[in-house]
Amino acid sequence: MPKVTTVMRCAVIQFPGSNCDTDCQAALNSFPDVQAEIVWHKETSVAGYDLIVLPGGFSYGDYLRCGSIARFSPIMGAVRLAASAGVLVLGICNGFQILCEAGLLPGTLMRNRGLLFRCEHQHLSVEYTGTPFTSGLNKGQVLDIPIAHGEGSYFADKATLRELNANNQVLLRYADADGVTSDEANPNGSLENIAGICSHGRNVFGLMPHPERVCDALLGGTDGRAIFQSILDSISKTSAARV
Amino acid sequence: MATSPAKPDQPAITPELIAKHGLSPEEYEKVLAILGREPSFEELGVFSVMWSEHCSYKNSRPELRKFPTTGPSVLVKAGEENAGVIDIGDGWAVAFKIESHNHPSAVEPFQGAATGVGGIIRDIFTMGARPVFLMDSLRFGSIEGETEQAKTNRRLFAGVVAGIAHYGNCIGLPTIAGEVYFDDSYNGNPLVNAFCLGILRHEQIARGAAKGVGNPVFYVGAETGRDGLAGAAFASRELTEESKADRPAVQVGDPFREKLLLEACLELLATDAVAGIQDMGAAGLTCSTCETASRGGTGVEIDIQLVPQRAKGQTPYEVLLSESQERMLVIVNKGQESQVTEIFEKWDLPYAEIGVVTDDGMMRVRNGDDVVVEIPARSLADDGPVYYREAAPFTPPAPLDLSTVPYVDPVEVLPRLLAHPSIASKRWVWRQYDHMVRTGTAVLPGSDAAVFVVREANKILAAATDCNAVYCRLDPKQGARIAVAEAARNLACSGAVPIGVTDNLNFGNPHKPENFYQLRAAVEGISEGCIAFNVPVTGGNVSLYNESPAGAIDPTPTISMVGIIDEVSHITTQAFKKAGDLIFLLGEIGNELGASHYMLAIHGRKEGAPPALDFDKEIALHQTLLGLIRKGLVQSAHDCAEGGLAVALAESCFGNGLGATADLCSVDQRPDITLFNETQGRIVISVKPSDAAALEAELAKTGVPFRQIGTVTDKPDLQIATGASLYNWPVAELSGVFEEAIPSLMEA
Repeated sequence: MPKVTTVMRCAVIQFPGSNCDTDCQAALNSFPDVQAEIVWHKETSVAGYDLIVLPGGFSYGDYLRCGSIARFSPIMGAVRLAASAGVLVLGICNGFQILCEAGLLPGTLMRNRGLLFRCEHQHLSVEYTGTPFTSGLNKGQVLDIPIAHGEGSYFADKATLRELNANNQVLLRYADADGVTSDEANPNGSLENIAGICSHGRNVFGLMPHPERVCDALLGGTDGRAIFQSILDSISKTSAARV
Repeated sequence: MATSPAKPDQPAITPELIAKHGLSPEEYEKVLAILGREPSFEELGVFSVMWSEHCSYKNSRPELRKFPTTGPSVLVKAGEENAGVIDIGDGWAVAFKIESHNHPSAVEPFQGAATGVGGIIRDIFTMGARPVFLMDSLRFGSIEGETEQAKTNRRLFAGVVAGIAHYGNCIGLPTIAGEVYFDDSYNGNPLVNAFCLGILRHEQIARGAAKGVGNPVFYVGAETGRDGLAGAAFASRELTEESKADRPAVQVGDPFREKLLLEACLELLATDAVAGIQDMGAAGLTCSTCETASRGGTGVEIDIQLVPQRAKGQTPYEVLLSESQERMLVIVNKGQESQVTEIFEKWDLPYAEIGVVTDDGMMRVRNGDDVVVEIPARSLADDGPVYYREAAPFTPPAPLDLSTVPYVDPVEVLPRLLAHPSIASKRWVWRQYDHMVRTGTAVLPGSDAAVFVVREANKILAAATDCNAVYCRLDPKQGARIAVAEAARNLACSGAVPIGVTDNLNFGNPHKPENFYQLRAAVEGISEGCIAFNVPVTGGNVSLYNESPAGAIDPTPTISMVGIIDEVSHITTQAFKKAGDLIFLLGEIGNELGASHYMLAIHGRKEGAPPALDFDKEIALHQTLLGLIRKGLVQSAHDCAEGGLAVALAESCFGNGLGATADLCSVDQRPDITLFNETQGRIVISVKPSDAAALEAELAKTGVPFRQIGTVTDKPDLQIATGASLYNWPVAELSGVFEEAIPSLMEA
């Protein structure tokens, strides 16, 4: 019996048009003692979950602005509530775009500067480790995590950028293999090479790269596991503290 | 509701109207004989699309019967359903197929290509399979230079790639392999062939048959609009200057709708509520109703007024012939309707009960109280005209006279070949495709074959698509034989054993005897190849009338081959892995320059005979390679194709920052022949030095010719010594021209 209580429950929200939902579920379930479930967007509760994942895809086809319709999905009320209560929320790619549209993260994602969709392996520099999403990483560590998006150019006004930097909310930047965050290493024209940011409260994290795609050496890398491991370790520490 | 019996709003059935519908006077006689009366306007439209080449294969069917289509692993045979199904063991199966969308892409590249992808995905999930990956085979006219034609070709290329990306990325299927060639025979008539593979349990195979008299017929998916009116008939004509006016015959794709439809249909098929299911592709509602009735041995009656429609005032003719995308016809077991409608509602899909399965064998379409179509379904689907066309006699190409080929310094040739758009890196293309979604892509695009791990089935699949149309132009049968052999060789290089083939036969107007010869010869060549490799043809597509005012395309019988890799450790790629590894060439050094890319790209000559091919030797080579891979003796494997041995060696140097030296000093022939010939049956492998003795011992047992030709080096240079010459190229320079060729043309 005692083992049962340590199972971490993760909700992967399935919007109409989500297409990385089962990938995220499989990546999470590859960790011991994790139970990831698909939660349909018409549900209205995410009670009881330790982690909420908004996966990648093309919610509602992204025919309007990316994520701009998904933010009205019934489940988003519950996600907002959970976020304000401190539950960890992770938005990947389209999930990041939805979190920005929903106002859970600042800024927005615009069309790539080259105008073309880009899918490829990408190096990232870890900028800050004092969050549940990056606690297992080292500052300056270089990760190799693929991107796959047409609209991933991060934009925010100057005041927001200043605040993001001052509060250490920028967690990942696009970089080259040596960790240099140069313009050449920036695949989409994001301001300051921003690839992922967290909320002021540090419990909501959005990123354009896809960590779920590099959780298995067979598929070309395992750097994504470091992010999920950080999250899971943080959750188990919090639950331990609660006990 | 009833309109006047005279239907004054309808055109009279005149010889002109019949001709406009693409029906010959003989075909019209056949219509009269089947009906025993004059057809209605709607019926004329129905016959027109159902008897088009695209739907009926009337010009190619006698040829297609030559394909080997059976075998112990074949669960659903070619032509039986929307796609063939092959057993892959442990209760799992794959459904796969390739289909063309050439004409729509010629007039509207983005939507033409996008809907091509959408159509093939529907064919796969209609079978009850979950689609897992895509490939595509593309052909365009030359994209080099500043002529209007080159600019047009660049626009078509960019539009097609963006359209494929739009649809595949949005629906969430990885595009993991493919091929792109550029040749002026495709000016004005690009080829867009899209492939999809899906996975399913044996017991999940769904049938497109209207079973169970009295069962309700449901329509689900996008509302019917006027887009794609009679597209199947459009696809069965030559393209002309006026084809742009046919733009309304191109459909508009909605990948988001299709994603919902896909998920809803798979959820639906997991219940026991479905008696039959059929997508509405070419010829839309018309084809799906008469084919399901024909397969079920039943009739189907539908009412046009119940069909969800996008616009008001569409005529029954338009609704019947529309090729609006993302629509399915579902025959539901009576009494289980609510189970089905609940799923449609969950996924917010438009749906309607539009008819019923009957026992009279008729395809009957009502417009309210009026019957507008009443045709025996079986006659329409299966009794279409069949033509035995005339094939022109074939003159084999004269062998290339080497004395007429001026010698060009290989130092200069290799970078030029690597920069030729047909050989150059296609990263610009596949970087626009999400090739990693569904987390199964174990070998990224750019190697000999794509490798995809299907986790739920614990199976590793490999797939490759091949066709050297230059060979096919010069000798269609030999070109087709080589296409099969090369696809199999590519699979072998990835560690896979082939299990099935789907083909896309792209040819010109079959009324011209020289074109019909090409079709017939290519089918014979494919058949020989498939029989030799013991792989069934599981289905495919025929696209004729690929002509522009300048003439017919080079015959392009695209071969897509699927294989299985037994174990993760057998997955093999083309890139050299480690300095010090020894490089072996399996097969001969070769000497055939006829029909080669060296002749084409460097000398501007499309001539000579394609290389010889011996299936027995080829099979022995593949089996030997697979044996070596299974013993863990192979670090990398890459076949020699366009550009020959030098291009293969260069490509193997790319990726891991390594170089290579090759010693071919003992080869006594012109260096350009040694380096760039396209003799078949050759594979470059690399081997750990510690395994070399074991490898040679294994090879000696098989009789496959081999020689150690060099070493993988830390020094990032490719160095080849042959005859008295030593050639040296920095790999960075070679990979630079290889990678930059297409981006620099497209982003200029």
